[in-house]
Amino acid sequence: MKRHDANTDQNLSDASNRRAHVDNRTALLARETRTPAERPGPGPYGTAVTLEDVSITFGDHVAVRNVTLEMPARQVTALVGPSGCGKTSVLRAINRLHDHTGGAVRGSVRLGSLEVYGPDVLPEVLRSRIGMVFQRPNPFPTMSIFDNVISGLRFNGVRNKRLLREMGIAALHNAALWDIVKDRLHQPALRLSGGQQQRLCIARALAIEPEVLLMDEPCSALDPVATAKIEDLIRHLSGEVTIALVTHNMFQAARVSDNVAVFLLGEDRVGELVEVGPTDQVFDTPNDARTKAYVTGHVG
Amino acid sequence: MRTLRSAGVPDSAIPDMGVAAVARRRVVVRDCARHSIRRRRMTGRAMQVICLIAVLIGVTPLVALVIATVSKGAGALSIGFLLHAPTPEGGGISTAIVGSGEIVAYAVALAVPLGLFIALFLFERAGAIASSIRFSADVMSGVPSIIIGIFAYAVYVERFHHFSNVAAGFALGVLMLPIMVRANEEAMRTVSVDLWEAGISLGARRSRVARSVVLRGALPGVVTGNLLALARGVGETAPLLFTVASPTFAMTLLIFNDATQPFPDAQQTAWGTALVLLTLVLILSVTARTIAWTLNRKTR
Repeated sequence: MKRHDANTDQNLSDASNRRAHVDNRTALLARETRTPAERPGPGPYGTAVTLEDVSITFGDHVAVRNVTLEMPARQVTALVGPSGCGKTSVLRAINRLHDHTGGAVRGSVRLGSLEVYGPDVLPEVLRSRIGMVFQRPNPFPTMSIFDNVISGLRFNGVRNKRLLREMGIAALHNAALWDIVKDRLHQPALRLSGGQQQRLCIARALAIEPEVLLMDEPCSALDPVATAKIEDLIRHLSGEVTIALVTHNMFQAARVSDNVAVFLLGEDRVGELVEVGPTDQVFDTPNDARTKAYVTGHVG
Repeated sequence: MRTLRSAGVPDSAIPDMGVAAVARRRVVVRDCARHSIRRRRMTGRAMQVICLIAVLIGVTPLVALVIATVSKGAGALSIGFLLHAPTPEGGGISTAIVGSGEIVAYAVALAVPLGLFIALFLFERAGAIASSIRFSADVMSGVPSIIIGIFAYAVYVERFHHFSNVAAGFALGVLMLPIMVRANEEAMRTVSVDLWEAGISLGARRSRVARSVVLRGALPGVVTGNLLALARGVGETAPLLFTVASPTFAMTLLIFNDATQPFPDAQQTAWGTALVLLTLVLILSVTARTIAWTLNRKTR
């Protein structure tokens, strides 16, 4: 189930054919993209992201195997577990970042009811619906604060200045950054502190009004105060955006998530999903003995 | 505030953050992304084509040069061509090969150790002296090579009253030195400050850290940089014009001398020498890359 571009590109012998094909694909996406990615399922708003029997391999190395997981819409789902057990690989499978890193994704990943690795999906359009925040703050160093925020919109072809402005400001408000940066929107982004830079990256991800926000250990490079602010932000955003949060901090998972998925290394050093459920239940009455040992701090 | 003011809306206006507004903005972004995807893909393809054309334009003269040299020079090649000394009737180019080797050896003996120590000084000391040395190295790399030839003539040939390969080696060394200094320093800068601090904090002297951490870490870059500077120096003709006793003592001079003669035999010799020189430089470059690659691999 890797890339289908090779198959589909064979049909694109001439320009008009190609145009028709792109139109076809965008028309297909149109139904999907006008409404948030949700389909009936558990949780008050249904299910936003579904993983069904997903395995991810890099060459011969199997990173994670047979993951089946539903992320309820507009809630925070924490992916926890020790290093190297495939949490980040699973996260990156959702927005098809493995297309660029040589990882092969098998199984079914769905955004709402859209098959993420389906033959008609344009990865760029897919990613315009999913925001991502990385471990280390990575604002574009050559852009100003405000240009950073609206860069995703620009990349997606938004040219209307009024709209750019409105959405940029909205994103800064959403990331609780507006009052800090409102007087220096055109200063270089790197003048902000580390925690502020990370919130700027969150604002940048939020500016495209994503339906899902992927966060890969967003606090691992930050101090406790900055971490607390990001956690407040995550709580604030849940209810509007579906958040998938990778963390190896059990306390953080307990503080901010609605659901927890626990990943551990199997006996053959391959990552596995061992337990998933509402946060309270997983922490208080885990079903799996390995989960119990891990969440109570006896392992890892 | 270019983006903001030009839209004619006061900076303090807070955008509508209601659910309906978010949904509306989301639809607008999705539509923009979908409608612009064909244009964005076309632009991407067009740029790829331009890059490909640029590569072809850049590579063509290179390939043409190699083909011309090989096709015109191959006829002159023989074991005798490489092993016999030149005679008035023709003969070989052994003296030129040996002479060039000698000159390069003198140049290396002068420039490589000096280049290393100067680069270490620049790396270790940030001050007025270091920056003026750095500046003069930059200026020196741009000095026309014929001027370096005249310089060597003035300080060596005039003083000792004879032309020699030592004088030529001195000229080449002076030519290569600034290039080597800058390449070495750049290579040392790639070793992270963290490693330097780790060494110092273990109680090592600066000189020991410079040797065991900085120099060792920079070694692949140092080797590549020096060999490439060498490859550049081997091909120089101008610094040798005023320093070598006879054109038959250096390959580049032999080429220059024979190619400008009206006799077909001499021109054939020039092409043959050019091919030998080209091959030697190619071997040098390949060696440089191989060593750098091997050194880099050892650290993984």
